Amino acid sequence: MVNVTINGIPVSVPEGSTILDATRAAGCPVPTLCFLKDINEIAACRVCVVELEGADHLITACNNICAEGMVIRTNSTKVREARRTNIELILSQHRLNCPACNREKSCQLKKVANSINMDDHMNFLHEYQPDNWDQTFPLIRNESKCIRCMRCISFCDKVQSLSVWDVVGTGSHTTVGVSGGRDIKDADCALCGQCITHCPVNALRARDDTKAIFGLDGALNDPDKVVVVQVAPAVRAAWGESFDLGPEVATEKRLATALRRIGFDYVFDTNFSADLTIMEEGTEFLHRMQDGKEHKWPMFTSCCPGWVRFLKSQYPDMVGELSTAKSPQAMFGAVTKTYFARKIGVDPNKIVCVSVMPCVAKKAELAIPNLSDAGAGRDVDFSITTREMCRMISADQIDVSALPETDFDSPLGTGTGAAVIFGATGGVMEAALRTCVYILTGENPDPDHTFTDVRGLDGWKEATYEVAGVKVRTAVTSGLGNTRKLIRALRRGEVHYDFVEVMACPGGCVGGGGQPIHYNEERAGQRGQVLYDYDAGNVMRFSHENPDVQALYADFLGEPCGELSHHLLHTDHHGWQMPPALRYDDDVIPVR
Amino acid sequence: MSRLTIMSASQAQTTVEGLYTDMERRIQVSPPGICPVDLAAAFLKMCRAQTCGKCVPCRIGLKQIDNMIEDVLAGRGDMETLRKIKNTAATIENSADCALGVETARMVLRVLEGCREDFESHVKNRRCAAYVTQSIPCVANCPAGVDIPGYVALVEQGRYADAVRLIRKDNPFPTACAMICEHPCESRCRRTILDAPINIRGLKLAAVNGAGTVPAPACAPATGKRVAIIGGGPSGLSAAYYLQLMGHQTTVFEKRKHLGGMLRYGIPSYRLPRERLQEDIDCILSTGVEVKLGTGVGSGENMVSMEHLRSEYDAVFISIGAHDDKKVGIPNEDAEGVLSAVDLMGAIGDGLMPDFTGKRVAVIGGGNVAMDCTRSAIRCGAEKVSIVYRRRAVDMTAQVEEVQGALEEGAEMLDLHAPVAIETDESGKVVGLWTEKKQIGLIHNRRADVISSGAEPELIPCDIVVVAVGQAIATRYFEAEGIPIKRGVIEAKDWTAVEHAPGVFAGGDCVTGPKTAIRAIAAGKVAAANIDNFLGFNHVISVDVEIPEPSLRDHKYCGRVNLTERSAAERKDNFDLMEQPMTERAAQQEASRCLRCDHFGCGNFKGGRAKAW
Repeated sequence: MVNVTINGIPVSVPEGSTILDATRAAGCPVPTLCFLKDINEIAACRVCVVELEGADHLITACNNICAEGMVIRTNSTKVREARRTNIELILSQHRLNCPACNREKSCQLKKVANSINMDDHMNFLHEYQPDNWDQTFPLIRNESKCIRCMRCISFCDKVQSLSVWDVVGTGSHTTVGVSGGRDIKDADCALCGQCITHCPVNALRARDDTKAIFGLDGALNDPDKVVVVQVAPAVRAAWGESFDLGPEVATEKRLATALRRIGFDYVFDTNFSADLTIMEEGTEFLHRMQDGKEHKWPMFTSCCPGWVRFLKSQYPDMVGELSTAKSPQAMFGAVTKTYFARKIGVDPNKIVCVSVMPCVAKKAELAIPNLSDAGAGRDVDFSITTREMCRMISADQIDVSALPETDFDSPLGTGTGAAVIFGATGGVMEAALRTCVYILTGENPDPDHTFTDVRGLDGWKEATYEVAGVKVRTAVTSGLGNTRKLIRALRRGEVHYDFVEVMACPGGCVGGGGQPIHYNEERAGQRGQVLYDYDAGNVMRFSHENPDVQALYADFLGEPCGELSHHLLHTDHHGWQMPPALRYDDDVIPVR
Repeated sequence: MSRLTIMSASQAQTTVEGLYTDMERRIQVSPPGICPVDLAAAFLKMCRAQTCGKCVPCRIGLKQIDNMIEDVLAGRGDMETLRKIKNTAATIENSADCALGVETARMVLRVLEGCREDFESHVKNRRCAAYVTQSIPCVANCPAGVDIPGYVALVEQGRYADAVRLIRKDNPFPTACAMICEHPCESRCRRTILDAPINIRGLKLAAVNGAGTVPAPACAPATGKRVAIIGGGPSGLSAAYYLQLMGHQTTVFEKRKHLGGMLRYGIPSYRLPRERLQEDIDCILSTGVEVKLGTGVGSGENMVSMEHLRSEYDAVFISIGAHDDKKVGIPNEDAEGVLSAVDLMGAIGDGLMPDFTGKRVAVIGGGNVAMDCTRSAIRCGAEKVSIVYRRRAVDMTAQVEEVQGALEEGAEMLDLHAPVAIETDESGKVVGLWTEKKQIGLIHNRRADVISSGAEPELIPCDIVVVAVGQAIATRYFEAEGIPIKRGVIEAKDWTAVEHAPGVFAGGDCVTGPKTAIRAIAAGKVAAANIDNFLGFNHVISVDVEIPEPSLRDHKYCGRVNLTERSAAERKDNFDLMEQPMTERAAQQEASRCLRCDHFGCGNFKGGRAKAW
């Protein structure tokens, strides 16, 4: 332990603790902006400066280590002045339209500025840079809001290994831009949206599609349209955070009510098509294992569009190893505009299919040219993030805690426990394994204790299971940096798997780039637990037990991986273009 | 009332003079990559401040150019703006009354032409094409990328052995480099902004002197791959060292009697004692390198063929250095008594000391090698040594301290003397060197030409002429073996691979022409990494030395500790080491001057510390 004094308060902190840790231990934490532990410890914003006794120059608390006997002041005049001036300097280059800004509640700059007794007199000329960005792209960067904390650059570099962002310009013109002088639409961006959820302000955001749904020209305002909404598993674990409500209040059933109040005609659940995905992908996997033909291994899951974009741009030669199954979002759209349209007797062209996703990449996925198999325009028309959905609920002044609970609509609102865990890393693998065991043995495995090795937040998990004499080597990874490590090991022949689940966002969809934002808090773990609780509380724990999915096969599709399934629920991942990587791994990493 | 007054500087003027010297130092260490448009705007502002304000083009025109460049920077400019900047600058150049305006306009025109892409990027793409790449200046400027702030901090703590281990992660010649490195690391040291660059080489010397024998790290499990290395100089031995650590078996084929290349056969022992060089070589060899001394690669006796190496080994690294001499091209250059620098230093390297007692020696050349020859000739007993150089002494490429050292030891400086012929007696022996006195002339491409002074040729009586005008590379054999040669050097990619010769790599002086030891070492490191990949591996070189946290105390302005040398009288008759290391106390103070750019500034962001390669 190291003993230091903070504002006269003696504290003992473990060896290697930062001064920031010590200020927290002493109960006088200093504010931070650019600091992101282990990822962006660059001491750029100078908001966390403190005074070290014996030194004239102020030092940053975030990236300096406590030494025995240090005497630190966080509240001297010099510190107060520096903190305030530096925040004013940041504000002088930040477009201040706070009331109209949808990061109003989660803006760390606003929080810090509010906390330090600013008055409304600005000492500096207010001059922010103009925005210059393609507003139709799913990921939008507002230069006018950027505070150049560089967190997006560091996160994309160190966690996602894509380095889409880079420092551009020099001197006082230094800012952030797309690396390699590219336009974002030409970049190998996976659209994971992690730069958005790690942006302390609203410099990075997802394209807002809410107006196309409930604006003047929106689908909900068109009496001819039947507007259907699907809600992804991970959304229910996080949406309450936007209203400061816990998962026991912000339930999936209150969410169904809220969406109905907004005016959606049918409120469905992506869990339905997650179960459908398992039927298709699990069957596809067993076919590959048993058909005696040559296949490239492993088979990769294909439900995460960020991962698919990553693989197509970074390792185009491996795209054939992806499962051909569409994502649950896409399957849902295809089924809605065929089976469901017929069921309710509506022209599929009159159906508007909306998805609520914890995801930014889903906005790009729905626009993939070959995902319009129902023959009525895009299978999914709009995808909004959890944050956009919460803004719609908020805009309608809905008091969530006062809502009654209602069920999702039938038939596309039925989902099993196996489907809801899709939202957590390892969930797709577990759901698939549960059903594969049933298909191979005719018996359900114990859903709570059989596949626990694939659960949890480790970035790269592996487990081998023996099912009816078949050995299945599985791996689960989340976060694209972890994914790259796994793929490099595969390419070098260091590891061998049969089935690999990949999620682009650390922790899976619960940690998705479309989820509510909390500065310097990673909530994937606790949100994942909410999903496992939903799973445990569901009477149906296996995708093959979903009665409405079974009805879909019986009434319409025939059998999993049958001809109609192949047409509607599977896709050719080579059927569209993804911008290439700036530099391929194989140029630098040997393949043995 | 006084008819004349004595000029005295006001306090403001003194302050401004101080700022000038501060800014000069700051410009010296300016990091590469700064946006030229931004920099032009900044320089232009200073130039505007300097205008006397009398003449229209300078007073108003420069202001208008500044406005237009600011427009370009702010994204308000277009191609028309660039045209107007150019036309206005041309008019200022043509019509300003004095150099203040004319030269400022020329600066604008130069930057506009030389950095055209940057200007166009700003107006066409609204984007700056530049970005600063140098986050830790010393590391970025070290060709081998040695973790300099890391080992400086270790020296400050007296952890010398850890410092040596850290250096060896990127450079297996810590001792040699501590003594002879040209220390490009110091050239942009950010400490210069305060007072003067850190004496990095001096601190490295403190580290190697204080460390004692530090064993090499353990090698990775043997891969069964074999690599042939042609030439046991800094480049070849560096490659051998890292390849051994990666588990590959290397064999070094060295034509001469000893290892070390130019470190032994080019650098005199008064700068790098043989036993100190041997410390590095011993450590490198301790990793299991096989050595075949007296074995060249070629087609003669005691030689192995390239074909043999390519068939017997999994990869070949050519690092033969630049050991052939270059001629001046004057009559009688083959006379008895004419030596090349390579001959002289090579003989000394093998311990065959020439006896110049009572002889007069003329050394032709102005580079570091010429100075080494001069000072070695003095130590070999020469009565008189003259440095004959066609340009001015200030134009010499040799380091200033080398020239100064030679003069202190009694060498005669004959600059602006172009050699024209060697005079011989009837037996064909050298008796003198004819030179033509030159005069300095016009400047072209920032270098002053020399022109004839009109004086008659002058005979410098001498018994020995040493030609030190550069070295060449023995490429003929390799060319015949299909290795591409371009302008006298082996052609290799920047990752050391030789095109159309799979498995053949080349680096060091034989690729770059005669350059510094650290560049050759860096080439060996690069070759090792790429040969490893070529062999199908991806071994990572790292070291588990924990780097001390930086001090958070204020920096006081503090003088730089320079190394001292034994006095000229004491050193000029022997080949003993001239330089005297810093004391431990001085080293500690010098190390504490380090600004720790690895922690402060952008060193903790992109392009910062590389813990492994």
